[in-house]
Amino acid sequence: MSQQTSNVTFHERVEDALRDQILHVALERTTERFQRLRVTGMGSLPNADAVRDRVRLIRAHTLSRLDAYLEQFAANVERAGGHVHFAADANALNRIVADIARTHDVKSVVKGKSMISEEAELNHALEAQGVRVVETDLGEYIIQLAGERPSHILAPAIHKTKEQVGQLFHEKLGVPVYTEPAEMTAAARAILRFEFLNADMGVSGVNFGVAATGTICLVENEGNGRLTTTAPRVHVALMGLERIVPTLDDLSVMLQVLARSATGQKSAVYTNLITGPRRNGEGDGPDELHIILLDNGRSRVLGTEFAEILYCIRCGACLNACPVYREIGGHAYGSVYPGPVGAVLTPALGGIAPWSDLPQASSLCGMCREACPARIDIPRMLLLERDAATRAGQMPWWLRFGLHAYSVAATRPALFGLAAWGARVGTRILGASNQGWIRALPPPLNAWTQSRDFPAFANESFRAQWEKYQGENQEQKRK
Amino acid sequence: MNPNAPRTIQLFVTCLIETLRPEAGMAVVRVLESLGIRVEFPRAQTCCGQPAFNAGAWDDARAMGRHTLDVLAQSDAPIVVPSGSCGDMLVHHYPELFAADPKYGPLAEQIAARTYEFSQFLVEVLGVKNLKARCAGRLAYHPSCHLSRGMGISAPPRELLSNLQDGELVEIPGANECCGFGGLFAIKMGEISSAMLARKLDAIESAKVETVVGCDVSCLLHLSGGLHRRGSKIETKHLAEILDSYVPTNI
Repeated sequence: MSQQTSNVTFHERVEDALRDQILHVALERTTERFQRLRVTGMGSLPNADAVRDRVRLIRAHTLSRLDAYLEQFAANVERAGGHVHFAADANALNRIVADIARTHDVKSVVKGKSMISEEAELNHALEAQGVRVVETDLGEYIIQLAGERPSHILAPAIHKTKEQVGQLFHEKLGVPVYTEPAEMTAAARAILRFEFLNADMGVSGVNFGVAATGTICLVENEGNGRLTTTAPRVHVALMGLERIVPTLDDLSVMLQVLARSATGQKSAVYTNLITGPRRNGEGDGPDELHIILLDNGRSRVLGTEFAEILYCIRCGACLNACPVYREIGGHAYGSVYPGPVGAVLTPALGGIAPWSDLPQASSLCGMCREACPARIDIPRMLLLERDAATRAGQMPWWLRFGLHAYSVAATRPALFGLAAWGARVGTRILGASNQGWIRALPPPLNAWTQSRDFPAFANESFRAQWEKYQGENQEQKRK
Repeated sequence: MNPNAPRTIQLFVTCLIETLRPEAGMAVVRVLESLGIRVEFPRAQTCCGQPAFNAGAWDDARAMGRHTLDVLAQSDAPIVVPSGSCGDMLVHHYPELFAADPKYGPLAEQIAARTYEFSQFLVEVLGVKNLKARCAGRLAYHPSCHLSRGMGISAPPRELLSNLQDGELVEIPGANECCGFGGLFAIKMGEISSAMLARKLDAIESAKVETVVGCDVSCLLHLSGGLHRRGSKIETKHLAEILDSYVPTNI
C-alpha cells in the first residue's frame, strides 16, 4: 500500500495534528458522539455478546476456507449474469477498471464510498485516462472538492468542521456560505443528481459478498449507493477478497452489528442487495455488473498470526473508541486505513519496515478490542507488530540498548538492587531543588518531562522497609 | 471471610512499588496481615518484564519472565500482585510468551492460574468486601486499562471503595479512558501521551476530588506527575493505602 506523505515523518504529522485546533474541534464533536451512539446501539441488541461471538465465528470459519467460498461466490455471480475479476494488487485492479471503462466508452464515473478504491488510488488511474470521476458519498464529495484524503474509514471528512465545509462549498460550488449542514447537503444533492443521471459507469464498494447466492451487499445512509449501482449503464463493484460470508443468514448476523457498531443505527437507511445486472423486464439497473476482488497482500496475511485482522467488517468502531485516534485523527497515520485497525492492517499488508511507527502509536488500552463487534484482539496484534519491528531492526538503538541492559540487571537481583540504588541517588539529586520532583530529564526521557514531573525514587525501597518491618515483628515476638 | 481461602500468599510487589511507591507495598502487607494472611516476599524478585514485552523486545522480556517464574515457583502459595498491568503480564502474557517453551510454558500456565491482583484477591478469593476503612473528602477511582480491560476486573476495587466508612466516592467523567501512560509509549510517543494525559487531568479536576485512587502505581505515577506539574493539590493513592486505614475488629 502506498504511503500518503512519504517525506514527512510520523512524528511530524502527529505534531501537526496536535497543533491543529480545528481538527481537535472536529474530532471532539464526532468521535465522542459515534462512541456514545455505538454503546446505545449495541445495547439495543438482545444478546449482543452472543451475536458478537457469532460474528467472530462466521468470520473465522469463512476465512478458514476462503478459497472454496470465493469459487462458489464467483460461480454464482456469473450464473446471475455478472462478471468476476481477481486483482492481485492495486495496479491490476486499476487496469481492470480502466479496461472496462475503455470498452464501454466511459467518459464520466460516479462513485459510491469504497476503501478499496482508496487503497488502489483508482481515481488517479481513471483521471489519467481522461475519465471524469465524481464522488457521491457526501463525505467523499467534500474531500474530493478539498483535494484531500479520507481520514476515517466510515466518515471520510470527519476531520472537517461544518464551518470549514460551508466555506469550501462557497469557494468551489459558488453557493452562499451555508452554516447549516442541511443546506450544504441540499446543495451537494442538487449537483449530484445531475451527475448520477449523466454518468456512464458507477463504481461502488461492497460490504459483503454472499457466496451461496452471488449477492453483494452495500450498506449506506444517503441513497447515493443505490443510485450509483442502478442509474449508470455499467456497475463496477470493488471488494476486498476477504469480505465474503457463506449465506444470507450469515449476512443477517453481520448486519445486526454493522450499523449499530458504526453509527448506533439498528440498520442503515439503505441496505442494498444486488444479484447480477438488470434482468429482462426490470426497469432499473445496469446492463453489466463487474465485481473485482482485490487481494493486495490479503491472501498472504491469511496464513499468518495477523489473519484475525481480516475479520474486520469496517464499522469504524475502533477508530471512534481509540484515545490516540481522537487526539491525532486519521491523516497522521499516513496510511489508507487509520486508527487501531489501520495500525495492524497497514503493516500486515504492506510490510513492517515502512510502517513501524504505526503499532507504536498505542497505549495498548484495549478500547478497540472492547468496541470491536468481531472481538478482534487488536492490542495483541499491535504487540506482535512491535516484535516484528524489533526483529526487522526498527527499534531505536537507545531503547534496544536500554531494554537489554534492564533485562540483564533484572535477571540478577544483586545487580538490579545496585541499579535501583544508582537511580535513587540520581533522581534524588535531580529532584533535590523541587521537593523530590524532577522537572527536566535528559533526552530521550525528556519526552516524559515535557508535560509531567517525575518523582525521585523513594528514600527507602520496599525491600528495605519490608526487612525493617520483619525485624520489628521478630523483636515484638521475642518480647 | 471465605473459610477455605489460602492463609499464605507470596507478594509480587512490582518494580515500580519497590522503587517509587514502597508505602503502597507496605500497605498491601498490613491489609493482608490484618486479615490473618501470612505474607511471603520472595527476595529475588525484580521486574516481570512487561516494559520490554510491550516495547517489542520479546527476547529480553522472556529472560525476565523466566527469572520471575523461577522465583515464584519456589513456593506453592498463591501470588498477589498490587497492579493490574503486571498482573495482566503474569496471567495472560506469560502463557503466550512461553507457549512454545517445553519447560517454562507449563510453568507459566501454572503460575498464571494462581496469580491474583490485590483487589481481586480480597473480594473474589477472601470474600472480603467491607474493610470499614476511612478516607475523608471526595475521592474518585481511576480504573486502569490493564486491570479493567486486560484482566477484566472492574467491580472489586469499586466495591471496596463504596464501603468506606466516610468519604464520598465520585466518578471521573470518561473514567474508563486511558490516562495516556502506556509504559514506554509515554516516552516514544510523548506528544500523544501528553495530550491524553491533559484530557484525563481536565476530567479529574472537573470532578473536584481530593484523591484519585487506583490499583496501578504506573498510572498513579503518570497522573501525579501531571498533577504536580499543574500545581494541583489532588493526591493519588493506591487502593491498599486507602484500605490500610482499616482497623481490625472481629471478622
